Amino acid sequence: MEKRELRLMKGNEALAEAAIRAGADAYFGYPITPQTEVIEYLFETDCTARTGMAVLQAESEVSAINMVYGCAATGHRVLTSTSSPGFSLMAEGISYIAGAELPCLLINVSRGGPGLGTIQPSQADYFQTVKGCGHGDYKLLTLAPSSVQEMADFVALGFDLAFKYRNPVCILSDGSLGQMMEKVYLPEQRPRLTEYPDWATNGTPKGKERRFITSLNLLPQQHELVNIRLQEKYRRMEQEEVRYETIMCDDAEYVIVAFGIIARIAQKSVELLRAKGIKVGLFRPITLYPFPMNQITELAENPRIKGFTSVELNAGQMIEDIRLAVEGRKPVGFFGRLGGMVPTPEEIENAIIKQFDL
Amino acid sequence: MAKVVGAISVDIERCKGCELCVNTCNQGVIGMSSKVNSKGYHYAMMVKPEACVGCTNCGIICPDGVISVYRTKVEE
Amino acid sequence: MDVKDIIKPENLVYKKSRLMSDNVFNFCPGCGHGVAVRTIAEVIEEMGIENDVIGISPVGCSVFLYDFYKFDVVEAAHGRACAVATGIKRVQPDKFVFTYQGDGDLAAIGTGETMHACNRGENIVIVFINNGIYGMTGGQMAPTTLEGMKTTTCPRGRDVKTMGYPLAITPLLAQLPGTYYVTRQSVQTPAAVRKTKKALRQAFENQKNKKGTSIVEIVSNCNSGWGMSPTAANKWMEENMFAKYPLGDMKVDGQLVINNVYEKK
Repeated sequence: MEKRELRLMKGNEALAEAAIRAGADAYFGYPITPQTEVIEYLFETDCTARTGMAVLQAESEVSAINMVYGCAATGHRVLTSTSSPGFSLMAEGISYIAGAELPCLLINVSRGGPGLGTIQPSQADYFQTVKGCGHGDYKLLTLAPSSVQEMADFVALGFDLAFKYRNPVCILSDGSLGQMMEKVYLPEQRPRLTEYPDWATNGTPKGKERRFITSLNLLPQQHELVNIRLQEKYRRMEQEEVRYETIMCDDAEYVIVAFGIIARIAQKSVELLRAKGIKVGLFRPITLYPFPMNQITELAENPRIKGFTSVELNAGQMIEDIRLAVEGRKPVGFFGRLGGMVPTPEEIENAIIKQFDL
Repeated sequence: MAKVVGAISVDIERCKGCELCVNTCNQGVIGMSSKVNSKGYHYAMMVKPEACVGCTNCGIICPDGVISVYRTKVEE
Repeated sequence: MDVKDIIKPENLVYKKSRLMSDNVFNFCPGCGHGVAVRTIAEVIEEMGIENDVIGISPVGCSVFLYDFYKFDVVEAAHGRACAVATGIKRVQPDKFVFTYQGDGDLAAIGTGETMHACNRGENIVIVFINNGIYGMTGGQMAPTTLEGMKTTTCPRGRDVKTMGYPLAITPLLAQLPGTYYVTRQSVQTPAAVRKTKKALRQAFENQKNKKGTSIVEIVSNCNSGWGMSPTAANKWMEENMFAKYPLGDMKVDGQLVINNVYEKK
C-alpha cells in the first residue's frame, strides 16, 4: 500500500472524505440518522473550498435524488447518501436515473425498518437494493462494505463503475458501519472531471448535435430496445463485476454466507467453531448485485461442503439468492436478528451448531 | 407614396385549424380553407391577400408556428 | 403586386425560430403552450445562448419539449423540475437553465421543490404555464382550477369546501427573498405575446446577471380540457382566469410590486 494518509474515522466521515478525494463534483442530500455525518462532514471540511465540489442540503430526499439526476445528466460525478426511509423516497428518482442511463453514486446507511423503525443497523433493505426499489426492470450495482476502510475504498470504485456502465451504483452499508470508528488509509486526492461524456447535457458546443436526456419512450418498440440495452448492461455486470471474499473455505464443511457488518462478526464465529474442531468457512459477497452466483454454486457442488447458513440482519432475504445459487444441492439454513438487534459471535456459533446439530 | 404590402405562407400540413390567426388578423386577410390537410384539419389561408400589411400578428399568435410573414414596400 | 412577388426570402419578416425542430407539437389545436414554447426559443435565439442553455421538461403537456427544441433538454420526473434544474445549475453556474412547468407540476406535486428552489434564490428561470387543469392526462382538477370550474375530477364544479381553493402560488413565491423577478403574463393576443417575450428576456437577463430566481407565469387556455374552441377559451380565460390570476409584475428587481399581487376585488 503506497504511503497513504492513515486516520481514525467514523464510517460516515470516511465516506465523505473519500467522496472529496474521489473528485466528486457534487453531493445533494438530506439529514437522516444514522448517516447525517456525511453531509455534516462535507460542510465542516468545506469541500467547496477544497475542490470546488458543490454540496447542498435539499428540502427532501425526493428533491435530493432529482438534484442528483439533474447533475448526473451533465456528466459530472455526483452522489447522495441516505438511510432506509430516505432511500424509499428516492426510489422513483433512482428508477429515472437508471432509465435515463445516468451515472451516480447512492449510499444507503441502512437502519431498522419497516416504517420509521429504528436507527440501529439493519440489512433489511437487501431486496429493495438488489431487486430494484423503483418501478421497472433495472438493477443497482451494489457494493457492500464491511469495514470503514471499505466504506472509503468503495466510493471511487462506485463512481468509476457508475460511469463505466452509465448506471446508478449503490453502496449498501448500515448504521453500525456508519457510526463505528476504525483506522482507514485514505485514497490520494484525484482531480475532478474536466472533460464530460458526449451524451452529457451541459450546453451543446456550436456545430455539434444537441443532446437530451430522457427515460420516456412512448413507442413500445423503442422502449423495448431501451430495456434490452439495459439488460445487456446487467448481463455484462454479472460477468465482469462480481466481487467476494472467502475465509477458510478451502477445507470447510459448513459455509456461513454473510455480508457487511455481519461478515465481521461471523469471522469470530468461524474461529469459535474451528476451536471446537468444526470446519466452518465464511463466504462474503462484496457485490450484492451482481450476486456471486457461480462461486456459491461451485461451493455447493463440492462434496466436502455439507451445508450453508445465511446470516443476516433481517428476516431472510439474501438466503433466497443463496438458494438460487445452491439449487437444492445442499441445505441452506438461516439465522437473523431483527429490529436493529445485532447478534454476538456466539449466537451465530450456536445457530450453526443447532442447524447441523453438531 | 410607398405602400406597405404583405403576405403569409402557411405550412398547410402542420396547421391544426385552430383559427386563432383568423380572429387575430384585424384586416380579415385569413380564412379557413374548405379543403383539409392530411390530418383532416381545415388549414388557414389568405382569403383577402390584398389586405395584408405584413404586421406578423398571425405569425406570432400561431401556436404551431406554421405561418411565415413577408413584407415589402411598393410604389403606388 | 402579386403575392408571389411578396413572398421572397428578402421580404421575410417573421417565421418560426430556427431553434425549433421540425417535429409537430403534441399540443392541442390553439393551445397556449405552443406559443409559449416558441417564444422561449425566440428569446434564446435572440440572446445567442443556444449552446449554453439547458431546458427542463417535466411531466405534463410539456413532456415532449426535448422533441421540439434544438438545444439541450433534460426530462424531469413530475414535480421535480426545479430540483433537476438545481442539480445542473450547482455544477454549471454559467450555463442558462430554465424549467417549463404546468400548474400540476409546479403547484401540486412539485410545490416543495418549487418553494425551496425559490427560497434558495436558485439562479434559474421558471416558466409556469397556468391553465387551471391537468391537460396531458385528460382534464383533471389542478391546484389552480377555479371555484366552480368543471373538470373530470370535479365534474359538478370545484367545491372549495372539500377540494381546496384555487392556489395563486406566484404571489407566495414573490414574497420569498430568493426570488428576484416574478410576473404573470399571457399569450392569447399578439400584444400579450410581445409582453411575455419581454418578460422572458428579462428573466434570462436576470439569470445572466446572477440575480436569483425569475418566474414568468403564463396564464393560458386548455381547449380540450375546458371543452371550448381556442378563441372561446381565450375569451373565457380573460373573463374568469384573469380575475383570479391578474396579469402584471409582482416582483421587479427584487422588490415586491404590491398593487396587483393579490386578486382584484
